[in-house]
Amino acid sequence: MNALTETNGPAGGAAVVRRLVGFLRLLRDNGFPVGIAEALDAARLARTVNLADRRAFGWALRALLCSTRTDWRRFDELFAFYWLRRGAKRAVRSNASAARNGARLGSEGIVPPSGPAGLADRVIRAPGGDAGTGEGTRGGASAAEALAATDLRHLADPEAMARVHDLAERLARRMRYRITRRHRLRRRGRVPDLRGTIHRSVKYGGTPLELRFRRRHPKPVNLVLILDASGSMNLYSSLFVRFVRGVLGSFRNAEAFVFHTRLAHISPALKERDLERALERMAILASGWSGGTRIGDCLRRFNDEYAAGILNSRSIVIVMSDGYDTGAPALLGEEMRRLKRRARKVVWLNPLIGWQGYRPVAGGMAAALPHVDVFAPAHNLESLMALEPVLARL
Amino acid sequence: MADKSRRERETLQRRFAGAGYIADPELATAVLLMQRLERPLMLEGEAGVGKTEVAKALAAVLGRPLIRLQCYEGLDANAAVYEWNYQAQLLAIKIWESESVSPEEKRRHVFQEEFLLRRPLLEAISRDDPPVLLIDEIDRADEEFEAYLLEVLSDFQITIPELGTVKAVSIPYVVLTSNGTRELSDALRRRCLYHWVDFPSEDKELRIVSARVPGIDAQLASQVVRFVQALRREDLRKVPGVAETLDWARALTGFELKDLRDDPPAVRESLLCLLKTHADQRSLPQEKVEAIMGRVL
Repeated sequence: MNALTETNGPAGGAAVVRRLVGFLRLLRDNGFPVGIAEALDAARLARTVNLADRRAFGWALRALLCSTRTDWRRFDELFAFYWLRRGAKRAVRSNASAARNGARLGSEGIVPPSGPAGLADRVIRAPGGDAGTGEGTRGGASAAEALAATDLRHLADPEAMARVHDLAERLARRMRYRITRRHRLRRRGRVPDLRGTIHRSVKYGGTPLELRFRRRHPKPVNLVLILDASGSMNLYSSLFVRFVRGVLGSFRNAEAFVFHTRLAHISPALKERDLERALERMAILASGWSGGTRIGDCLRRFNDEYAAGILNSRSIVIVMSDGYDTGAPALLGEEMRRLKRRARKVVWLNPLIGWQGYRPVAGGMAAALPHVDVFAPAHNLESLMALEPVLARL
Repeated sequence: MADKSRRERETLQRRFAGAGYIADPELATAVLLMQRLERPLMLEGEAGVGKTEVAKALAAVLGRPLIRLQCYEGLDANAAVYEWNYQAQLLAIKIWESESVSPEEKRRHVFQEEFLLRRPLLEAISRDDPPVLLIDEIDRADEEFEAYLLEVLSDFQITIPELGTVKAVSIPYVVLTSNGTRELSDALRRRCLYHWVDFPSEDKELRIVSARVPGIDAQLASQVVRFVQALRREDLRKVPGVAETLDWARALTGFELKDLRDDPPAVRESLLCLLKTHADQRSLPQEKVEAIMGRVL
C-alpha cells in the first residue's frame, strides 16, 4: 500500500513541528518514554497524516508514543489538554464507582480506558516545572547502605521512606536475575548438544566421539507471597508491598495475596505499571475491613481455593506477618501444616524478630512455627536481602 | 486530499470486516502506521480479547502468508530462528567418508543452506513477499530471547556463525501480542507501535457475533452479547473472551433456541462454554444466572 503520501506541504511544516515538539515535551514530563527516535518518527508522521482530522492524528500519535497500558490510558487526556486546549479533566471518582472497581479486582483490565478511574486526582505536569521528580529518590551507595540497615520504625523522614521503598522494589528485581543465574551455573551438561557434537564429529568422519552438552534450562522458582495488611503491620506493609511488586514484575511465576480479616488476591492489582494506581487499587482491596486479624481463616481460604491451582513442587511460600492472630492458634497450626505439605518451602518473615527481646511465643506464631522452614526477620532492607540465598537454594 | 487518510482508514476497516474482524478506527490507524513506519505492532490486552485474531485478519487483508511464532518459557534460538538438520548432516558426512577430500572441505559442505532448517524468524525475513509475522505471547519468553528479538526487529538480519549474516529480503509485518504476565523491556516497547485491545463494547461485540456466526437469530445474538457483557462485570477468575462468546452463540444456535428466557436450565448448562474454571461455575448457580438474565434481557 502506498502510504507515504505527503498531505501537508512544507510551508506549514515548521509551525507544526514546533507545536509537536512542545507536545512531546509535555509527554516526556509526564513520564512517557519519548526520545529522539520517537520525535523523528512523530515529525515524519505529522507530514503524512491529515492534521485537520485531530482525532485521527491523536490515534496515530498514541500508537506511536505509548508503550504501556498506563501510557495508553493517560494519552487522550494529555492530547486533549495540549491540542484541543481542553483543561485537564480532573475526574473525581465517586465512592460508589470505587467500590465497584474494587469488587472486580479479581481480573485485571476491566476498568475501561476511558473511565474516570485511572485519572482520579491526577494533575498534568506542565513542561519545564518540577524536573527533579524521580531524581530525588536516588542516593549514593553509602546512603543506600545506611538506609538498608535501618529499622523502618526509626525512619520518620518521608523521603528516606520513599527511598527505602524504591530500593525494596529494585532488590526484588535483582534477586530474580541472580537466582536464575546461579541455577544455570550449577546444572550444566544434562542435555546433549547435537549442534556442537556434529561440529566435532566431522573430523572423525561423522562418528560422534566427542559429545557436547548443553546446560539444562533452569526451572524458575514459583513464589507465592502472602502479606499481612493488618493495623499492627502498618509500618512494614508498605515496604513489603513495594517488594512484592518488584517480585511480581520480574518473576514470571509469582502470585501475591494480602490478608487482614479476609484474603484477597492482589497480583492483578499490583502488576499495574503505574505505582500510584497500583497502590490505589490495593488500598481499595484492603479498605473497609475491620476487626481482628484472622490469619488461620485466611490461610484456610488460600488452601481451599487457590493452593491447588498455584502451588507445586517448586513453590516457595513467603508469609509476611507479625503473627498476631485473633483466631484460634490450633486452626493456624493446622492450616500451616496443609500449606507446608503442598509447597516446597515455607518462609515466614516477621518484622518483630528484629526487635530486641522478641520471642515467638504468642499463640498463633508458636503454633505456626513447626511448619515453617525459614523464620527470618524483615524489619529492614538488609533482612530482605538475606532472603536471596534462601530462595536460591530451592 | 483532506480526506485521503480517512478514506484509507475506512477502506482498511472495510477490508478487515471482509476478513471477519471488526476493527475500530484506532486499530486501523495503527495498522496503517505500521506499514508507513515499518515498525512492529505490539498488542496488549486481556486473554481472549482477540489479539491473535488481529494478526490473522491482517494476513488475510494483505493477502500475505501468516508465520506464527508461539513463545513459551525456554524458547531459544534453535526453535525460533534456525537449526541445522543434524540427521541430514550426519548422512552427508557418512556418504563423503570414502571420498578423499579434506575435513575442512567436508565441514564447509555440511554447513550449507541445504542443511539449514528455517524456523519462523528466519523464514519471515527470507520471503520475497513480506509475510505477516505473529510473535504470540512474547511475555512468556525469557528475557534473553526478548533481547535477541529486539536485535532482529531493529536490524532485520540474522547472523548464523557457520554461514554468515542473512539480511532480510523484505521487511515482514510484525505483530507481537502480550498478556502482561511479566514486564517487557522498555527497549522492545519503544521499538513497537502500541495498541491496547479492550473487551469489545456491546455494539461491537454484536457486530462480531453477527459476522462470525452466520445465520444467528438477531434477537438471540443481542441477548447473548448482553448476557456476556453482564457476566464480564461479575467477579470471575477467568473473564470470558470474545472466542467464548462465539462458542456460546454457536452452541445456542445448535440448540435452536430463539430466546434465552425460554429455557433457563439449558442456558445454565451451556454456560460451560463461557466459564472455564470450576470456581467460576460454582460461583454462578441457577438463581444467579436467572438474576443476570432478568437484569439484562
